[in-house]
Amino acid sequence: MTETLTVRIWRGKAEGRFESYEVPARANQTVLDVVTEVQRSLEPALAYRFACRVGVCGSCAMTVNGRPRWTCRTHVRRLGGEGTLTLEPLRNLPHIKDLVSDLTPFFEKWHKAGGRFAGTAGRQDPPQRVDPQSASRLAASAAIECINCAVCYSACDVVAWDQDYLGPAALNRAWTLVNDARHGAREETLDRAFAAGGCASCHSQGNCTRHCPVELSPSQSIAGLKRSTLFGPPKVGEPG
Amino acid sequence: MMERRLFILQRLSAMVLAPLVLVHLGLILYAVRDGLTAAEILGRTQGSLGWALFYGAFVLAAAVHAPLGLRNILREWTGVGLRLINLLSLVFGLLLAGLGLRAVVAVVA
Ligand code: HEM
Ligand code: SF4
Ligand code: SF4
Ligand code: FES
Repeated sequence: MTETLTVRIWRGKAEGRFESYEVPARANQTVLDVVTEVQRSLEPALAYRFACRVGVCGSCAMTVNGRPRWTCRTHVRRLGGEGTLTLEPLRNLPHIKDLVSDLTPFFEKWHKAGGRFAGTAGRQDPPQRVDPQSASRLAASAAIECINCAVCYSACDVVAWDQDYLGPAALNRAWTLVNDARHGAREETLDRAFAAGGCASCHSQGNCTRHCPVELSPSQSIAGLKRSTLFGPPKVGEPG
Repeated sequence: MMERRLFILQRLSAMVLAPLVLVHLGLILYAVRDGLTAAEILGRTQGSLGWALFYGAFVLAAAVHAPLGLRNILREWTGVGLRLINLLSLVFGLLLAGLGLRAVVAVVA
């Protein structure tokens, strides 16, 4: 006989209800596998989002048993839910349908936090040199591999309390630019990261860092921004 | 820019407060353990420029730090508009500075 897994899935928008589905429990299944199985065999109208299935694109995040997670790399067995799974869309974002959240505010805040790169060289110029071992480059590299999954944004309580708060991912992005010798607007990025709803609202509790699936530390990046505003921005090598 | 300045002010004032709070606590322990009377304490503080500066700085740092912290709390937890919050925090700061400086004058003058 096969064991089964009971999956409670949020159906609807802001108003909605949980519906339960039973799927076979398999030795090796991710939460995304389970959602796909429900959609293919039980509920064709179920809306959810994914693309790469290997932890690169950042589109599959949902709330799994109350916590935000990337679902394509979350194994059901490791969750220890004892045969049940509860799935909801990411919180702190408007809901579109079922498991799909609207990421528009999340990406708008990237721009608000000064996240747009401003090049200083043109295509005729030689490539700019960046010393990979310089302190600023190491700081940028430690924070650069964000997959834009919004897991941290969903985990952050300050975002839940204050709709204007830019959130961990946008500020993490700003920190990489403040450390980038090639970025032409480092002061401006620092200013924007500190405008109303910016860094000053963060309480450094680190829920973002705790949940980031690729193990970045947005809270450390925000601490870096705070330090920069007190003691001056990090020294970046002269673009050469 | 204003938020950034206020953040800097709050953190710098916290850095000023940290050692002052420690000295202040140590002082309380000392005065209590030695059983100093109010008259004895006043005898040492009156006319002392050192204590005037110490507690004057304490009051001013607290009058900057606490209202800015209060402003953050009001912003995060109430729906009150930012202008009113700014006004309330300013009034609170002036109140702290006024009462605090009055107390400093009372023990050193
Ligand atoms: C030892 C001296 C002190 C230090 C080092 C200190 C440090 C700090 C720091 C770092 C914060 C920011 C916390 C955050 O944003 O999460 C803060 C907030 C605050 N502080 Fe202080 N503080 C000190 C003394 C005081 C005193 C004496 C008062 C009151 C008279 C006070 C009132 C506040 C308030 C109301 C907040 C806002 C709370 C918040 O933003 O979460 N602090 N303090
Ligand atoms: S450390 Fe800051 S950004 Fe991260 S979860 Fe806490 S408040 Fe949000
Ligand atoms: S910082 Fe981490 S959790 Fe936040 S969006 Fe980037 S990858 Fe996702
Ligand atoms: S589907 Fe791309 S990260 Fe999960």
